[in-house]
Amino acid sequence: MKILVPVKRVPDPATTIRVLPDGSGIATDNVKWVINPFDEIAIEEALRIKEKQGGEVVLVAVGQQTWQEQLRTGLAMGADRAILVRSEAALDTLAIARLLAKIAEEQKPDIIILGKQAIDDDSNQVGQMLAEMLGWPQATFASKVEFQDRKCTVVREVDGGLETVAFDLPAIVTTDLRLNEPRYASLPGIMKARKKELKEIPADSLGVDLTPKLKIKKLDPPPKRQAGRKVASVEELVQVLHNEAKVI
Amino acid sequence: MGDVLIFAEHQQGKFPKSSLTALLAGQELAQKRGGKAIAVVAGDSPEQLAGELAKYGCAKVIALAHPALKNYLADAYAQALAALVKSAGAEYVLATATAMGKDLMPRVAARLGAAMASEIVAINNDGTFIRPMYAGNALATVEMDGPVKVVTVRATAFDAAKPGDVAAPVEKVDAELDGASTRMQFVAFNQTKSDRPQLTEARIVVSGGRGLKSGENFKTVLEPLVDEMGAAMGASRAAVDAGFVPNDLQVGQTGKVVAPELYVAVGISGAIQHLAGMKDSKVIVAINKDEEAPIFNVADYGLVADLFKAVPEMVQEVKKLKQ
Ligand SMILES: Cc1cc2nc3c(=O)[nH]c(=O)nc-3n(C[C@H](O)[C@H](O)[C@H](O)COP(=O)(O)OP(=O)(O)OC[C@H]3O[C@@H](n4cnc5c(N)ncnc54)[C@H](O)[C@@H]3O)c2cc1C
Ligand SMILES: Nc1ncnc2c1ncn2[C@@H]1O[C@H](COP(=O)(O)O)[C@@H](O)[C@H]1O
Repeated sequence: MKILVPVKRVPDPATTIRVLPDGSGIATDNVKWVINPFDEIAIEEALRIKEKQGGEVVLVAVGQQTWQEQLRTGLAMGADRAILVRSEAALDTLAIARLLAKIAEEQKPDIIILGKQAIDDDSNQVGQMLAEMLGWPQATFASKVEFQDRKCTVVREVDGGLETVAFDLPAIVTTDLRLNEPRYASLPGIMKARKKELKEIPADSLGVDLTPKLKIKKLDPPPKRQAGRKVASVEELVQVLHNEAKVI
Repeated sequence: MGDVLIFAEHQQGKFPKSSLTALLAGQELAQKRGGKAIAVVAGDSPEQLAGELAKYGCAKVIALAHPALKNYLADAYAQALAALVKSAGAEYVLATATAMGKDLMPRVAARLGAAMASEIVAINNDGTFIRPMYAGNALATVEMDGPVKVVTVRATAFDAAKPGDVAAPVEKVDAELDGASTRMQFVAFNQTKSDRPQLTEARIVVSGGRGLKSGENFKTVLEPLVDEMGAAMGASRAAVDAGFVPNDLQVGQTGKVVAPELYVAVGISGAIQHLAGMKDSKVIVAINKDEEAPIFNVADYGLVADLFKAVPEMVQEVKKLKQ
């Protein structure tokens, strides 16, 4: 089974994000950069499938040179090789999906596993767009993935419960939090990763229209909530909710 | 120009409040862009359901019909909806950012070669939208180019449409869809059983976190409070990951976004990812034994206490109110 895993570099979810005063972006001086947590889950799932069925796990990122760092981390977790589609410009999800579609056409994976959402833009779009561009079935928000030959069954986390869908490969899966617990890169893994292939391709060599159709004009910090107050007892709490806030 | 197609999701033969929210958001957008708001109800024979939306303020309701649209499947629905957008000449396609809306709309966007803005919280007069990024730590003003634009709306940021006296025409459209083209099969839906109000629609939400320590404690300690208050139950990721409660109760950046009149956080520390899903609630209460817990920074009323003592007491106090 050949598995392609698109990986995004994002600020560590534990970092406090601050909008720059001029609204042009976020302050990045104290940001630690990591693999998008959902993509880590995607890599883990790919590795488990490979461990069971054999095959190859290929990582792909669309970004700047610094993103090599996250690709190396993914290789250290156990992926076989990585592709960095180099783009210095800010791209929208449509352009990223189009570039990934080109890579998929060339690499011909049996399955592509993405994160359900990047925790920086919170878009939740690229996997679904890619599925449509390739004409493949999609199972988003996966909490369980199983195979029987080339048939894939996925349990999805949806509103009000769990949905099960089935389809033949090739297909797209996007990961939800409960799919698995990603492993850490081991020391030998890190050593091995240094020798693994990390190929760079310029984004503009792929014949894709990269002009963004969605542009971020500015960022603003969210309105601050007025700090409230502490109450001394449960009795007081229920009284204020009843008499002051009038919500119960 | 400026017409807005609104995908109105139905669940088990009903329109959840989130769909009525989409209708009102779509009408606001149409009005600001000088176009018409048109609701779309898809299914194998959706005419009757479509009729239910006639009085909710749209210029027209389209019943988009095809046998292959019986169960929701992303590829078939995307194909049918994208074809309708083209034939109707709409400029915008809009849906609520429910699990279905999130699954479907990017596919529609890709099919139309259109940009998409996820989970918008405001529509500006100049046609730009506002949407949260970075777990709500930034509000982005986004601009979209192209003949068609796709948006999902965050249900908590808009009101729900209400029925009026005027009934719009309902038009049946046979979906342009190759029934054999779906490559997906629906196998099963395992519904979380609950008699409580739905998390995203409730007036009061009581959520529990890791502080509850077990699923058993959710049942014996938290649920009596949930029920006494007539609330919906929510949870933090930590509580869901630990298996205390079902997945679809997770509130937060990557779970459900809620904005009830009252949100009670019990044994939840208040990580930014959790706040992203509840900080627009009208009144926030936090019960936590750690007075430094960040949840207190957003709480209108904070109680520093052991939840195992405070929550049963609260059940009694709320009971007293009713006497
Ligand atoms: C990619 C990603 C996505 C995420 N998405 C979400 C999301 O959507 N929603 C979400 O909630 N989280 C999300 N998280 C997780 C988030 O970062 C926190 O880890 C999580 O919210 C913590 O849950 P908690 O507050 O229940 O647990 P903890 O942080 O462990 O807090 C438990 C609290 O209970 C209190 N407590 C313990 N015992 C008692 C007692 N007896 N009485 C009173 N108080 C007590 C403690 O003082 C503590 O404050 C995400 C994380 C990542 C990385
Ligand atoms: N620049 C990128 N390079 C590689 N993969 C990406 C990129 N952006 C998004 N993805 C993938 O698409 C998923 C969803 O991202 P998004 O639609 O931006 O929320 C991520 O979890 C990644 O798997």
